[in-house]
Amino acid sequence: MIAHAIFFYIFSFIAIVSAVMVTASKNTVHSVFFLILDFISISCLFIMIGAEFLGMIMLIVYVGAVAVLFLFVVMMLNVAQQKNQWFASKESSRHIPVGLIISTLIFFELIIVIGGWKYKPDLFDLNNSMTNFNLSNTHSIGQILYTDYIHIFQISGMILLVAMVGAIVLTFRKREGVKTQSYLKQISRERSEGVQIVEVETNKGVKIDD
Amino acid sequence: MEYLNIIFQEVYKILFLLVPVLVSVAMIVWLDRRVWAFVQKRQGPNVVGPFGLLQSLADALKYIFKEIIIPSSSNKIIFILAPIVTMTLALIAWAVIPFSATQVLADINVGILYLFAVSSLGVYGIIMGGWASNSKYPFLGAIRSAAQMVSYEVSIGVIIINVLLCVGSLNLNDIVEAQKNLWFVIPLFPMFVIFFISALAETNRPPFDLPEAEAELVAGYQTEYSGMMYAMFWLGEYANILLMCAMGAILFLGGWMSPIDIYPFTLVPGALWLILKILFLFILFALVKAIVPRYRYDQLMRLGWKVFLPLSLIWVVLTASYLFFFNLLPTN
Repeated sequence: MIAHAIFFYIFSFIAIVSAVMVTASKNTVHSVFFLILDFISISCLFIMIGAEFLGMIMLIVYVGAVAVLFLFVVMMLNVAQQKNQWFASKESSRHIPVGLIISTLIFFELIIVIGGWKYKPDLFDLNNSMTNFNLSNTHSIGQILYTDYIHIFQISGMILLVAMVGAIVLTFRKREGVKTQSYLKQISRERSEGVQIVEVETNKGVKIDD
Repeated sequence: MEYLNIIFQEVYKILFLLVPVLVSVAMIVWLDRRVWAFVQKRQGPNVVGPFGLLQSLADALKYIFKEIIIPSSSNKIIFILAPIVTMTLALIAWAVIPFSATQVLADINVGILYLFAVSSLGVYGIIMGGWASNSKYPFLGAIRSAAQMVSYEVSIGVIIINVLLCVGSLNLNDIVEAQKNLWFVIPLFPMFVIFFISALAETNRPPFDLPEAEAELVAGYQTEYSGMMYAMFWLGEYANILLMCAMGAILFLGGWMSPIDIYPFTLVPGALWLILKILFLFILFALVKAIVPRYRYDQLMRLGWKVFLPLSLIWVVLTASYLFFFNLLPTN
């Protein structure tokens, strides 16, 4: 148990410190790296409470894909050179009230959820969801997600699909004057149409028909 | 005292796994160069030791004694971290690889997800190295590599789903046991081909070695690295290649299972079969390097998103419907 506690405190300490560093570090790329560290320590915490499936999915989706794209965008935009001056400059200080409002909202939401979970256990009817505690958590997630909550699951999938299509439609524009390459044409080119063997006479040169 | 004992036991087991992995990484570099040379009718490294077997050792010695140069305008911490990250990620994934039914360091429930997660984290070493070098070529290499690895991960994930549909478990040993009668390479052969090609792209091997295309980018993300740090990148890369080969062997070629389940073959230890299968896949990797020219970048992206992803998704539907209608879905 002591080892468990030690590991818990190590991971949660790293998680909190890196979460603070995401906002505090001057370099934006460093912020993203701290965000990644945060994700990794959170997934370690997931694994420690026995939710190994969630922890691994967290690693694959957030660290393996989302954060890579974050990093990609941050590096491409070259925001690394702009120093983070949220509290120093005047123009950026007007973002602070908005940020404060949002963070208080999130804080109260968390208090409501955690308080409800702690003091009013019937707020969530875990008993009705027929959780079989003998199965591994991958199996039990699958059994609940694809039976009781299949409609909600599919609706959320549809919403994601619509969001994806919407994002593509918004950013897609037909550009003029772009030379597109036809892969089929390139691949199906044969030697007979690409190469021509010509006998060249000295001092005469050769005329190639296109 | 009890904790100390446990720690010592685990460290002993880890060393027993890691030292052979590192030695075989060195040997595999030699094998790669040899195969490459033989395809091109050259001799390859054949001077140091018998058949040139000690060539990698000599190279390693050379790298150790070279000076490590850290560019003055680089981001030093991340610059130093990058090869360490690459190397560490390439090695920790070996923890879940089963060498026989019992010989596995960590027999976890979500082994295949762990492997997938660690191999998808491999991109960070490259991005960190490329960005921290603060130089054009490494940065371009890093950007290329990030896009490439994220793209091909998607199809590898879908291929893994194919295999999992037939197995019904995320545990690597269960995946191997499920292939007792029939290796998955036979019913899922198209997926094996796509997995192999995606693995080439995922490990930045030729014909998809655009992140370090020497004709365009000098050496890509490794341009500013020297000495032991370069060697660590290099070792990490080959350890990753071995890991992808092991993954292919476990998912499709029956892992540590012997090909024929009769008496003399079952005497051979499972680890040997696994090593032979990994070697087979690796020689394929090396042959591809020697015989295929490099892809153009837009073709690479097209292949990943427009060919492999739809194909593997269609195959998921096919596999699922076949298993469902013939009542073959695994239950436990």
